[in-house]
Amino acid sequence: MDAQAAFVRQELIAPLDPPPVSTGVPGWLRQRLFGSVPNAILTVVSLAILAALIWPTVKFLVIDAVWSGSSRTDCLPETAGHPVGACWPFIAAKFDQFMYGFYPQDQQWRVNLTYTLGAILLTPLLIPLLPYKAANAIAFFGFFPVIAFFLLVGGVFGLQHVETRLWGGLLVTLVISFTGISGSLPLGILLALGRRSTLPLVRGLCVVFIEFWRGVPLITVLFFATYMLPLFLPGNWKIDALARVLIGVVLFSAAYMAEVVRGGLQAIPRSQFEAAMALGLGYWRMTGLVIVPQALKLVIPGIVNSFISLFKDTTLVLIVAIFDLLGQLRAAFSDPSWATPTTLFTGFAFAGIIYFVFCVAMSRYALFVERRLNTGGAR
Amino acid sequence: MDNDLQKKPAIRTTRNEVAVEIAGVNKWFGKFHVLRDINLTVMRGERIVICGPSGSGKSTLLRCINRIESWQQGRLVVDGLELTDDLRAIDEVRREVGMVFQQFNLFPHLTVLDNCTLAPLWVRGMPRKEAEALARHHLARVRIPEQADKYPGQLSGGQQQRVAIARALCMEPKIMLFDEPTSALDPEMVKEVLDTMVGLAEDGMTMLVVSHEMGFARQVASRMVLMDAGQIIEVNEPEAFFTHPQHERTRLFLSQILH
Repeated sequence: MDAQAAFVRQELIAPLDPPPVSTGVPGWLRQRLFGSVPNAILTVVSLAILAALIWPTVKFLVIDAVWSGSSRTDCLPETAGHPVGACWPFIAAKFDQFMYGFYPQDQQWRVNLTYTLGAILLTPLLIPLLPYKAANAIAFFGFFPVIAFFLLVGGVFGLQHVETRLWGGLLVTLVISFTGISGSLPLGILLALGRRSTLPLVRGLCVVFIEFWRGVPLITVLFFATYMLPLFLPGNWKIDALARVLIGVVLFSAAYMAEVVRGGLQAIPRSQFEAAMALGLGYWRMTGLVIVPQALKLVIPGIVNSFISLFKDTTLVLIVAIFDLLGQLRAAFSDPSWATPTTLFTGFAFAGIIYFVFCVAMSRYALFVERRLNTGGAR
Repeated sequence: MDNDLQKKPAIRTTRNEVAVEIAGVNKWFGKFHVLRDINLTVMRGERIVICGPSGSGKSTLLRCINRIESWQQGRLVVDGLELTDDLRAIDEVRREVGMVFQQFNLFPHLTVLDNCTLAPLWVRGMPRKEAEALARHHLARVRIPEQADKYPGQLSGGQQQRVAIARALCMEPKIMLFDEPTSALDPEMVKEVLDTMVGLAEDGMTMLVVSHEMGFARQVASRMVLMDAGQIIEVNEPEAFFTHPQHERTRLFLSQILH
């Protein structure tokens, strides 16, 4: 004991590399998959579930599928000579309808042009490395909707007018979700700020607005906008049916968005407000430059959750006779010239893949943004 | 202390030499009387160090000077402007008064450089190039020019606090408020922040500092203020304050913190 009472280090220990942990593939397998008996059981069960899911799916979508043909007879087992999976000729035949609804065929280039324009403007906006974000954002959120409106509706510059009741399929799905998403976020932020305002009237109005729209089901909103609203409007005052639905969807999702954003605002410590005030930033600059960016970053998962559910909720417009992707699908099922045992499954698989691609893209991109914005404590 | 003022006659003659005038200020948090009849006049170029036990109202008093806190009675005039509910006067005062907080309060979503340029850009309307040059100048002044592109979360406490000082300096304030600037720091980082503040004092900045760093106070303070129970107990020049404290409470306080 005496010998250890005092100690003076003579030489500092240089940092060493950590001892090797990984022992190659066998080591990884042992550690991660078969580390213990319960783990091994879980691994086997998981593999069994995966196999049970993947094999029938691949079999249905690819191996047993009919890839070419021109009518329902090609998709019957008797004609094909084997059990039939997906009937892809059905999708090919109805593809226009799924994409554009009853948008006149010779005018469909306008929809494609809108998509192209949107993609050209959106892609650089999503890539953080590219410059001119502000100009890009103004172009995408400011000018693009206006251009898209005139391109799709027409009636100007010699473009044929296309009534919105002819619109359908993916076009309607995208129009509703784009409008809903880009309208509900700014409106939701304003409502959330209003709800936290110190001005009692502003706060009261925002609370009433949010609670009203959250207290009503979307179906009711759509029904009201479509069938009741015209009764209240004076005489020949008419709003386009799709426009009414768009407004309803934006207000409805803004109320939800407001509560998501409010959660983020509440998580910002008071000290951040004080630091901004001490620098002389007024309310709007403090809010816009310091508070809201931090609040939004905190609630990205919640925001994306709302976006995804909004994207899928657009199918509810079916009940007010607007036929989005799913609506067109259901309409196509009733076509007797394509009635086969697997038509229904083929259609739903097709729609499922489209919805899945959009939703997964949103969710993965959000994850990427979240990681990128994570600046704190990254030593 | 008069020596300092005489060294800078330009400041004396060009403008009103009173930087902050606090007259009969009373403040309550609910029923709690947190500031009681505070009277204090701070001249340009003076360095006031305020000490006292926790809960004595030091920070609250400091936060009244840029109206982060409001008060119920009394007058507070900063740089010739009386602070009232008038938002324009408040904005104007905040532009001229820099503040450094105990917990740094940097904006975590912005780089060090962006933290420093934010207010010059958006409050002063300065062109970006000019604001960045200014920010780099002040980051060099607090001796961390190489950290400009990092985020606050990647810096040590002492570095963060020096960024906070640089951020305040970028508004070229006439008065600087320091609210316990070294209390949240590891012992090894206190000195780098205090050195920065000594440098500021030597440049003639008007400073009000809430601090228990008595070594720093002896070195730079023009006057010491002791607060307790929401009131000013004693105001004195540092020499007299430390060697011949007049009030019993001051003597007790000093004996508690100077071991």
